[in-house]
Amino acid sequence: MCLAIPARVVQLLPSYRAVVDIAGVRKEISIDLVSDAQLDDYVIVHVGYAIGKIDPGEAQRSLALFSELAGSEGVV
Amino acid sequence: MKYIDEFRDGERARHIAAKIAAEVRADVSYSFMEFCGGHTHAISRYGIADMLPANVRMIHGPGCPVCVLPIGRIDLAIRLALERGVMLCTYGDTMRVPASDGLSLINAKARGADVRMVYSASDALKLAEQHPGREVVFLAIGFETTTPPTALVLRDAMARAATNFSVLCCHVLTPAAITHILESAEVRHLGTLPIDGFIGPAHVSIVIGSQPYEHFAEKYRKPVVITGFEPLDVLQGILMLVRQVNSGRAVVENEFSRVVTSQGNVTAQALVSKVFELRESFEWRGLGEIPYSALKIRPAFAAWDAERKFNLRYVSVPDHQQCECGAILRGVKRPADCKLFGTVCTPERPMGSCMVSNEGSCAAHYSYGRFRDTAVVVS
Repeated sequence: MCLAIPARVVQLLPSYRAVVDIAGVRKEISIDLVSDAQLDDYVIVHVGYAIGKIDPGEAQRSLALFSELAGSEGVV
Repeated sequence: MKYIDEFRDGERARHIAAKIAAEVRADVSYSFMEFCGGHTHAISRYGIADMLPANVRMIHGPGCPVCVLPIGRIDLAIRLALERGVMLCTYGDTMRVPASDGLSLINAKARGADVRMVYSASDALKLAEQHPGREVVFLAIGFETTTPPTALVLRDAMARAATNFSVLCCHVLTPAAITHILESAEVRHLGTLPIDGFIGPAHVSIVIGSQPYEHFAEKYRKPVVITGFEPLDVLQGILMLVRQVNSGRAVVENEFSRVVTSQGNVTAQALVSKVFELRESFEWRGLGEIPYSALKIRPAFAAWDAERKFNLRYVSVPDHQQCECGAILRGVKRPADCKLFGTVCTPERPMGSCMVSNEGSCAAHYSYGRFRDTAVVVS
């Protein structure tokens, strides 16, 4: 039920609306809840509303963390 | 898809699983509850349970809003559609939930009720504007993720004076349910709830932030790791919980840091508190009445509150007597422990709440895991 997908903002429209690209599919959504969304930002879309924005730096850090060697967490 | 594919990489998954296997202590048993249905589904679908050491057990929690929606609330919606002639709009998830008299919303539609499946709450308001002569009711369900869109639609309905539109609000709250799991009388009575930590919600936490979970870590000494819904996120979340247990820590950590912040989405929170207020008590299917665990529409928006507008009275309806959903939702029993599982209760004909949505623990186990423990026979 809480399913939501990452989508790239490809066009900003008036009244806090935007067009996003979801794996090649274009869809108009509301960015009323993430009003600072900019072109090319990735937002998390749930029932037609962006509810959050992806921080690309943090995503990269998570991926790096997944590849760390066992026992290397020492410095949390 | 960016931000999805790289979080489903098999090689990295095996790497994290190997770290978990290397770091668990043989003499400790680890039981973690994933609260969200999204995590339950991911754990079953991607075979994560099979990648974990035998002494790491995942308990499926009550975080599937379709599953915990009580029969009596669906009955209210069905009666509105069948007896009051309203156009009832709802998310697809609720269409098949079994209610009283062998009915569901989809059966009611087959009997002639005007039930419409919508993708977004705003589609329901659009329908109201397209049909000014009809009463349109939106059956709103969901946790904190889904509440802000409903709040926006209520705000817009008021702004546009859409007098033929109203909302039957069934929005519920995550922290209240976690408290209930940790404190309910039944759990104390049964005394066998072995939860060593929580996989915290992903998308709920985008809205509410990581801060509301601090209480559980402090008061109950339970580690909480907010975790994304992709398989690598879930494995990493489990690894972080194992590490907290091993070092005797109980703090809130955020694995899903690419979207979740400490404060959450402040705009969404402000909007929700403008439109909704706490309900004194709300019934959860399988868990019973839980105080202050749900939201209702504030008096300022009374004209758009279907409960007030149609003078609805909630009547509680018990589940099937042999249904074990209550014990399963609390982690005391597993799906296969229920007599109804896979026999009279299947995803096609669900009897209990956990079989209703594909995020429910019984439905997930039925779809992806029911033959896991069956020995392969080669003739």
